[in-house]
Amino acid sequence: MFLAIDTSAGTSVAVVEGELVLSERSTEDTMRHAEVIGDMISGALDDAGVPASGIDAVVAGMGPGPFTGLRVGIAAARAFAWGIGVPVIPVVSHDAVALEEWAAGTRGDLLVVTDARRREVYWSSYGLDDRMPARTDGPGLCKPDELPYPEFLRVDATQVSAGDLGRAARMHLDLGIPEEFTEALYLRSPDVTMPGARKRVSQ
Amino acid sequence: MTGERGGPVVLGIETSCDETGVGIVRGQTLLANVIASSMDEHARYGGVVPEVAARAHLEAMNPTLQAALDEAGIGLDEIDAIAVTSGPGLSGALMVGVGAAKALSVATGKPLYAVNHLVGHVGADVLAADSLEYPTIALLVSGGHTSLLLVRDLVGDVELLGETIDDAAGEAFDKVARVLGLPYPGGPQIDRVAVGGDPKAIHFPRGLMHAKDAEKHRYDFSFSGLKTAVARWVERAGDAGDEIPVADVAASFREAVVDVLLTKAFRACADHGIPRLLLGGGVVANARVREVAAERAAAQGVTLRIPPLSLCTDNGAMIAALGAQLITAGHRPSGLGFGADSTLPVTEIQVDERPF
Ligand SMILES: [Zn+2]
Repeated sequence: MFLAIDTSAGTSVAVVEGELVLSERSTEDTMRHAEVIGDMISGALDDAGVPASGIDAVVAGMGPGPFTGLRVGIAAARAFAWGIGVPVIPVVSHDAVALEEWAAGTRGDLLVVTDARRREVYWSSYGLDDRMPARTDGPGLCKPDELPYPEFLRVDATQVSAGDLGRAARMHLDLGIPEEFTEALYLRSPDVTMPGARKRVSQ
Repeated sequence: MTGERGGPVVLGIETSCDETGVGIVRGQTLLANVIASSMDEHARYGGVVPEVAARAHLEAMNPTLQAALDEAGIGLDEIDAIAVTSGPGLSGALMVGVGAAKALSVATGKPLYAVNHLVGHVGADVLAADSLEYPTIALLVSGGHTSLLLVRDLVGDVELLGETIDDAAGEAFDKVARVLGLPYPGGPQIDRVAVGGDPKAIHFPRGLMHAKDAEKHRYDFSFSGLKTAVARWVERAGDAGDEIPVADVAASFREAVVDVLLTKAFRACADHGIPRLLLGGGVVANARVREVAAERAAAQGVTLRIPPLSLCTDNGAMIAALGAQLITAGHRPSGLGFGADSTLPVTEIQVDERPF
C-alpha cells in the first residue's frame, strides 16, 4: 500500500494499492501547497479507509517543478515515511503523466511538457510499448521553441496525478526498474548574484 | 497529554532562516537540540540566499529529525506533540518545515502546534534552570530580525514595541564587515578585529535616537544610515591615503549598534516599569552586547537574562519549548490548514488554534 504525494504542479495525494488508486485528492492551485498538504494527506487516507500504519512506502514526486512548491511535497513525503518507518520511493513527476497516456492506450514516442515559469518548460521523452512507458531522455529545461523531439506526440500537462505517480512506482518496482533520481529535480541553479566589487557610497 | 514526568514531550521544527533546527523538550527540560546550518553555503554570497537556504532545509530535515531523537534517546512514540515555526521568516524556507511537520503529524497522529518564531526566542528561556518572570522586555536581534517585545504572558500576551525599519542589526554587521574586507558572517569578524580598538575613536550616527524620534520611533531601530556612514568614513580615509584603523572603525561601529539596541531596550524597561530584560537571537554571541547589557542592567537595577548561545540562535528546542508551554496552558492544537507566514505578527503566538 503506497501513499503518493506530488507537488510539482498543483498538489495531489493518493493512496494506491497495486494497480488500484483507492483515493486521490488533487488541487490545481499552484500557490497553496504548504496550506493544503496536511489536510490532503489526511483526507486521502480517510477516503481510502487506510490508517497511516497501513502504508508500506511513500512515493514522492521529485519534479521537475517550480522549487518552492515542489519542496513541500518532498519534505512531506520524507517526513511521513520517517514517521512510520517506511521507505520513500522517489519518482520523476513526468512518469505519472506518461503512465496516464500509456494506460489510455497511447503507444509510440511521447514528449511530456510542463510549465517551468519564466517562459521556460520542463520536458521528458518516453517510449511507450506494450510493456510499459519508459523514459528515454530528460527531464530537461528549455525555452518552448527549443523543445527537443518535435516529431514526438506532445502532451502538455498542467497537473500531475499522485494516483498515476503511485502506479508508476508500483510498475517500476514490479519490473525491477530502479528509480534514477533521489533528489529534488530543480534543473535550475538558485538565483544568486555573486557580490561584485563593492560600490562606493560617497561620490 | 502531560507525560509521566515534568510535562509534555514536544518535538519542535524550525526552518525560518538558514538553520534547520529540531529540538525535543519535556516540559521545561531540554532533551535534544540539533541544528544543521547552511551558513557555509551562504558565505560566498555575503548573506543568506533564500533559495539556497530552502534547498538545504529539504536535504537536512530527515537527518536532523533522526539526530534529535537519537540525542534525546527516545522513540518517536514517546513524543506527545509536534511544534513548528509558521513565521515570520523566509517563506520558501518556512514551507519546508511546515510541510514536514504536517506530514509527520498525520503519520504519527500527534497533535501539531504552529507557533511564532519570535515568541519562540522568548520561549527558549523556559529551558533555563531559573526561568523568566513576567512581564519582561525582550530584545531579539539576529541577521533576520531586530525586535523589541513586551511579554506579559508567553502564551497569551506579547506586544511588539518596536523593530527595525530597514536592516536587521545582524545584516549591518555583515555589510560593515564587507566594507572592511572581512568575510561573512560579519558579527564574529567585527568582534575579532575590534579587539584593542577604541570604541570612542569615531562617533558614528545612532539611528532614530534624536529627540524628534522619541515619539513615533521610540522603540524602533534603523541601521541603514549607520552602515552608510561607516562606508563613507572608510572611503574618505582611503581617498586621503590614510591607513584604515580597522580596530577603531570596528569598535566604534559596534559601539554604535550596541548603544542603540540597549538604550532602547532599557528605555522600554524604564517606561513600562519592568525591571527584567531578556536578550535573544544570534547577536547575543557578541561579547560587547553582553558586556554593556550587564553594566547597564546593574546600573538600572534590571534583571538581565541571556539564555545559552545554543538556545539564542535559531533552533528547534525553543519552538518545542513554546509548544510545551502552550499545551500546559491548555491550548488546543492548530488545524492542518495554516501556511508559512513570512510576516506573522508577534501577537499571533500560536497560529490556527482549533476551536472548541
Ligand atoms: Zn530568529
